[in-house]
Amino acid sequence: MSAHASHAPKRSGLWDWLTTVDHKKIAILYLIAGGIFFLAGGFEALLIRLQLMYPESSVVGAKTFNELITMHGTTMIFLAAMPIIFALMNAVVPLQIGARDVAFPFVNSLGFWLFFFGGVLLNTSWFLGGAPDAGWTSYTTLALNQFSGHGVDFYVLGLQIAGLGTLIGGINFLVTIINMRAPGMTFMRMPMFTWASFVTSGLILFAFPAITVGLVLLMFDRLFGGNFFNPDAGGNVVIWEHIFWIFGHPEVYILILPAFGVISEVISTFARKRLFGYSSMVFATALIGFLGFMVWAHHMFTTGLGAIANTLFGLATMLIAVPTGIKIFNWLLTMWGGQIRFTTANLWAVGFIPTFTIGGMTGVMLAIPPADYQYHDSYFVVAHFHYVIVGGLVFGLFSGLYYWWPKMFGKLLNETLGKWNFWTFFIGFHLTFFPQHFLGLMGMPRRVFTYLKDQNLDLGNFISTIGAFGMTIGTILFVVNIFVTAASSKRAPADPWDGRSLEWAIPSPPPEYNFAQTPLVRGLDAFWIEKVAGNKGMTPAEPLGDIHMPSPSFLPFLMSVGLFIAGYGFMYHNYVVVVIGLLVTFACMFTRSVKDDPGYHIHEDEIEEKGVKA
Amino acid sequence: MKGWQQFWRQLSLFGLLALALTGCGKDELSTLKPSGPVAAMQYDLMKLSSAIMIGVFIVVMLIFTYVLIRYRKRPGQQGIPKQVEGNHALEILWTVIPFLLLIVMAVPTVTTGFELHKSYSKEEALQVKVTAHQFWWEFEYPDLGVSTAQDLVIPVGKKVQFTVTSADVMHAFWIPALGGKIDTNPGQENKIWLQADKTGTFYGKCAELCGASHALMDFKVEVMDQAAFDSWTNGMKGIQSAEPAVATSASAAQGQEIFNKSCLGCHAVAGKGGKMGPNLTNFADRERVAGILAHTPENVAEWLKDPQKVKPGNNMPNLNLDDTQVKALVDYLQTLSVK
Repeated sequence: MSAHASHAPKRSGLWDWLTTVDHKKIAILYLIAGGIFFLAGGFEALLIRLQLMYPESSVVGAKTFNELITMHGTTMIFLAAMPIIFALMNAVVPLQIGARDVAFPFVNSLGFWLFFFGGVLLNTSWFLGGAPDAGWTSYTTLALNQFSGHGVDFYVLGLQIAGLGTLIGGINFLVTIINMRAPGMTFMRMPMFTWASFVTSGLILFAFPAITVGLVLLMFDRLFGGNFFNPDAGGNVVIWEHIFWIFGHPEVYILILPAFGVISEVISTFARKRLFGYSSMVFATALIGFLGFMVWAHHMFTTGLGAIANTLFGLATMLIAVPTGIKIFNWLLTMWGGQIRFTTANLWAVGFIPTFTIGGMTGVMLAIPPADYQYHDSYFVVAHFHYVIVGGLVFGLFSGLYYWWPKMFGKLLNETLGKWNFWTFFIGFHLTFFPQHFLGLMGMPRRVFTYLKDQNLDLGNFISTIGAFGMTIGTILFVVNIFVTAASSKRAPADPWDGRSLEWAIPSPPPEYNFAQTPLVRGLDAFWIEKVAGNKGMTPAEPLGDIHMPSPSFLPFLMSVGLFIAGYGFMYHNYVVVVIGLLVTFACMFTRSVKDDPGYHIHEDEIEEKGVKA
Repeated sequence: MKGWQQFWRQLSLFGLLALALTGCGKDELSTLKPSGPVAAMQYDLMKLSSAIMIGVFIVVMLIFTYVLIRYRKRPGQQGIPKQVEGNHALEILWTVIPFLLLIVMAVPTVTTGFELHKSYSKEEALQVKVTAHQFWWEFEYPDLGVSTAQDLVIPVGKKVQFTVTSADVMHAFWIPALGGKIDTNPGQENKIWLQADKTGTFYGKCAELCGASHALMDFKVEVMDQAAFDSWTNGMKGIQSAEPAVATSASAAQGQEIFNKSCLGCHAVAGKGGKMGPNLTNFADRERVAGILAHTPENVAEWLKDPQKVKPGNNMPNLNLDDTQVKALVDYLQTLSVK
């Protein structure tokens, strides 16, 4: 240990951000990048709704419209929702389990940069001859060379790079949660958000390899003339659907479980009560994670799998309503008998409950195969999954951001703006998506760039577009709120909400080593227990001592740039560029392997000077 | 107060839901106005499941509203609320009740599911082979020796057994008012049976993203009584086994000449021509031009002048016809009738 440097390498400004391995800074990077992609995906959505505001309008052309829907879906799922979830996980999970860091800080940084460059690669398609236009599901044969443009290559390569980042991020959190918990933090004392992150990371571990395999096969079909999905050469188009959805369905739960986690934290904090039925919540979370893998074919009821397969997958899907129902009722009973404060964070959480319930209900309806033959690929489905993903996940993310913003940035978001943000978005959301249920039932297929007059589809579409403006205003208000908050000089206290879990026991924002002394956990809602017992803070589990920290590194950035370059090489069949790109990546991997980097120590006296105690 | 606001909002959403489920949309299109046994069975399942779900939602909303009003933090409230760990009886209750509700839905799901997947022989049902193309529909009646495109013609009150496939990318065959829906997979065949219980014209759609003009890949379903259907079949059969009739008017004759030279490679008329594009034997009888435009000479002309403008990304080349050629072709096409 004596070989360790005794001081942090001094880095500042941009260089600090490009080389950081601190999970709290990586959280902010994820949030900024995910936020920008969210705005891009939202802008695409607004154009979609503008085009559909009136029948037979021509705001954007047919091809551009297909590019917009493809990029909207892909961006929102892979480049906005996932990174913002990772932002919250990075910001919160190590703090909630009383850890100084994540298990693999270097890998954490690599995960971010891979996602970032994959996303950038995908979005450059707009400027390099057209975005992918085969839908975010990229069903073959439409996604093969014969029927779609160069854009799908960007999809195939961008998602492979970004997906690698997600996969290693998930593995990192699995190891972190298993190995890095503070003394006394047993599995059944972990906060719900940590539990949700744990199950989500497990789902990532099993789901993302499937999409990677699919994307590699599709890449071989597109770039090297493979015939996996080409029926003219003996390929099979339905195989792609299976591979896509065996990833794609668990992905839905990868998205929603963290939102469940956030809601559990926020509701119990603002009701000042412990979570009702904690153990059944844990059980429900794990069960949803398990069932998530068993039901992928419910996306394929109309593919022609036959009555037996459809019925079995339909019934299995319905079962998910049971654990989800357990959650809804547990949240309601958590508030029962409490003292509910309607902060913005809690408004989002409370607004989540009816909205997500509607999404869940239509989910059960969709699980009935004979009825799904009418719903499938219609606007009913569009309405359903937006109720789940926006009404569930995005509401959850907003709730989490308002809740943990002070912990991440040391400042409280403005509550007045926050409430305007909530109400405009909430009303806009229901206005946008509620009528779409009926548009679907009235015969409007999804992914249509226009609809003809005299089909009774005009009014619903018009209302839907008006609602989209409401959501836009809400989103703008959130961005305004961020700037207003950043400009204000008011600092947030360590525990602004009277919180229950460990993250509120340390200053906002936390020092780079999180806990000066690892805390001793004595039960569920560890910090609340200490507060009720009259203690000022957590009881430390170790004496004050030197803290070992990992060194910052530029290698993750460079490794990702290498794959980014190689991606273009593959797409344009320029194998010199491919080799250069891969060499950059391999050289970084080699350097990382042979260069001994033991990190550095923050000394005991330094910690005391700063006056920061656990 | 927030609780009440939410309550009223949800209540008005319910109003909307109730209103919509009692029937809205266009008769020829809406799944909520079933015009055949398949759509009717599906509609029954929709009603059953939405009734159960609305029941669940009301229960959730009652507890939700009560909790938000009753337990909001009041000014001057002191002390910490009682920390409740859980309640086994309650937790078991809300695990068991959803199970029971699911069983109520599962039974008709299974029976209807198998009912809809029955396959009918040619003695029991009219057989129709559907091939989807970018962006049009081909319909063949193998037992009658007839084929047509864009307008599907079926008899009323009789089961129709469809065998569907695709010539290029994946599409989905959907006639909402009669029942839905099945994907047309390239390289594979799928089956679906439907039946119309009243005569008239229903709207059919492609439901799977299939390229630029996916939104415009509409077709029409003409439901006739058995006598009219038989006479239609006979008309089609008579023409398809014969040479194309020679057009009568001068302009139409000129059009026929152009057609034989430039169009016959892809489009069949009567027994002659290619299969790349839609069969035009009964073109003049169709409800729509290209499945979407009103069937007027002006619209036929518009299509001929620039097919890409009407349906972006379709496979018909622009023939660069001048106005007289277009007019001649339109005149000829208007003579293609079996009625």
